[in-house]
Amino acid sequence: MNYVNNATLIRRELITRLSTLFVSKKLDNLERIPLELFPRGGTSVRCCIYKDRAMIRYRLMALMGHRVEDETDELKSLKDYVKDALNREKPQNPFLTVIGEACSACVRVNYVVTDACQGCVARPCMLNCPKEAIEFVNGRAHIMHDKCINCGICQKECPYHAIIYMPVPCEEACPVDAIRKDDSGKEEIDYDKCTYCGKCMRACPFGAIMERSQLMDVLKALESNRRCVAMIAPSLVGQFSASLGRVVTALKKLGFDDVTEVAGGAMETADHEAHEWESRMAQEDTFMTTSCCPAWVETVNKHLPDLKPYVSETATPLHYTGERVRKNDPEAVTVFIGPCVSKRHEAWKDDTVDLVLSIEELGALFVALKIDVQKMDEAVLEDVSPAGRGFAVTGGATEAVRKNVTNHTMKTVQIDGLDKQSLREIRRYPKQCPGNFVEVMSCQGGCIAGPNVINNPRLALRQLKKILNQSNP
Amino acid sequence: MKEKITVEICTGTHCFVMGGSDLMLLEDYLPEDFRENVIITGCNCLEYCENRSRGKAPFVRIDGEIMENATISRIIRKIESLILQK
Repeated sequence: MNYVNNATLIRRELITRLSTLFVSKKLDNLERIPLELFPRGGTSVRCCIYKDRAMIRYRLMALMGHRVEDETDELKSLKDYVKDALNREKPQNPFLTVIGEACSACVRVNYVVTDACQGCVARPCMLNCPKEAIEFVNGRAHIMHDKCINCGICQKECPYHAIIYMPVPCEEACPVDAIRKDDSGKEEIDYDKCTYCGKCMRACPFGAIMERSQLMDVLKALESNRRCVAMIAPSLVGQFSASLGRVVTALKKLGFDDVTEVAGGAMETADHEAHEWESRMAQEDTFMTTSCCPAWVETVNKHLPDLKPYVSETATPLHYTGERVRKNDPEAVTVFIGPCVSKRHEAWKDDTVDLVLSIEELGALFVALKIDVQKMDEAVLEDVSPAGRGFAVTGGATEAVRKNVTNHTMKTVQIDGLDKQSLREIRRYPKQCPGNFVEVMSCQGGCIAGPNVINNPRLALRQLKKILNQSNP
Repeated sequence: MKEKITVEICTGTHCFVMGGSDLMLLEDYLPEDFRENVIITGCNCLEYCENRSRGKAPFVRIDGEIMENATISRIIRKIESLILQK
């Protein structure tokens, strides 16, 4: 799946414009952005430019950290939303919001007969339908949706491939059925079930699901007199077609007083996790899973109670890093920069992290401030082991833990991406697990394939490997 | 032997963030029959992003000619037309 599509690009354009107005102290002009993007006489994407403009307005609300569902007065100006954003003390959960008006209310008929239907004599679709849900109208097959049970037999039977499967993309992407239609057909998120994995947000072709950004909070902190420390996720390596040293300089140019790698905390996680695993094995536990992926931990808490005893109690790389920064620099605002929606939720619950900026937001901020990462000087990096940086890809945490164990009975299993199928498999592990150390990553490929990355994961992986080889002679 | 066509993909931060990152996959999409005639390189900021009137990022330079709002399919079409001319 490619990351770049028009929904993504519009969001990046908006983050850029919002940040430009913030730093030039022209936020009063915010109201103009919808008009600039969809000028009178220009082309529309939706039914008309007026709806397009209204959607841009809602997107700006989300980018300022508001929940679109909370809108009570449609006439409340964006300026007032700016004020609310600048006055809040702390970002508020939940960190996802659904723009109801942008949701196309995709129809829940999963199988549709297309014009390719030849109305053949054999009619295997009709004959093999277990619910007699197919009739022929004007010589063509037609599925009666009140009878159809979405079994898909007709699609497999059709010799012309004339029947297609049409998913509701967000619902299809959600591994835990946390997003569903309300009475009007629009999607809503059930936060008792949601694990903040961000897959629905990535999947929606209308860009109707957005994060409630903390961009305004971060910009405000950078402008204040307080020190700001950026804690960068291992997956930031390979996101800018430039070396990590240049990214660090770019972050300082943005206004961060200090930049520290979460890969350092990852080494602590690996060390603790290795000891925890050894002591669990000594107690004859059957297996242990990693705990660094917050979407996985949230999945266990909300959906897999039987797995809970098997999840490592070791804190995440983010926590160890935050703890260190708090100790050394107690007054500083700590800002985690990463590719993940779920980390927003984790950081919100963790006192050592104040704010979260996504990699995509960081990129758009660089664009807004005209910072070209490639032209920055090379900063001297912290002394971080490559194993810590490796946490960004599936398998990296396993490798780092393995280096720290002395017990040689480690048999590793990797769950590379959480979906309905892998969840079914994991559910069986308490009865029978194919190994004794299980690494679980919600995103297939690991954090470099997170919902908020800029670079294509395949290209990012190439860059990451290069850096890992350099720092590992 | 035919002259080769050079595609320079801007990897400056502006282009990279605004959709240029995926252009680096161009090689994977090039039709087999003229893959050998194309040289793909990344390049530093072409400085076209500074002025909106010059078009929209991402920018690429194909045989010296700038293309704005570049996509993999538009680049391939341009390469095809250049090959026909040569």
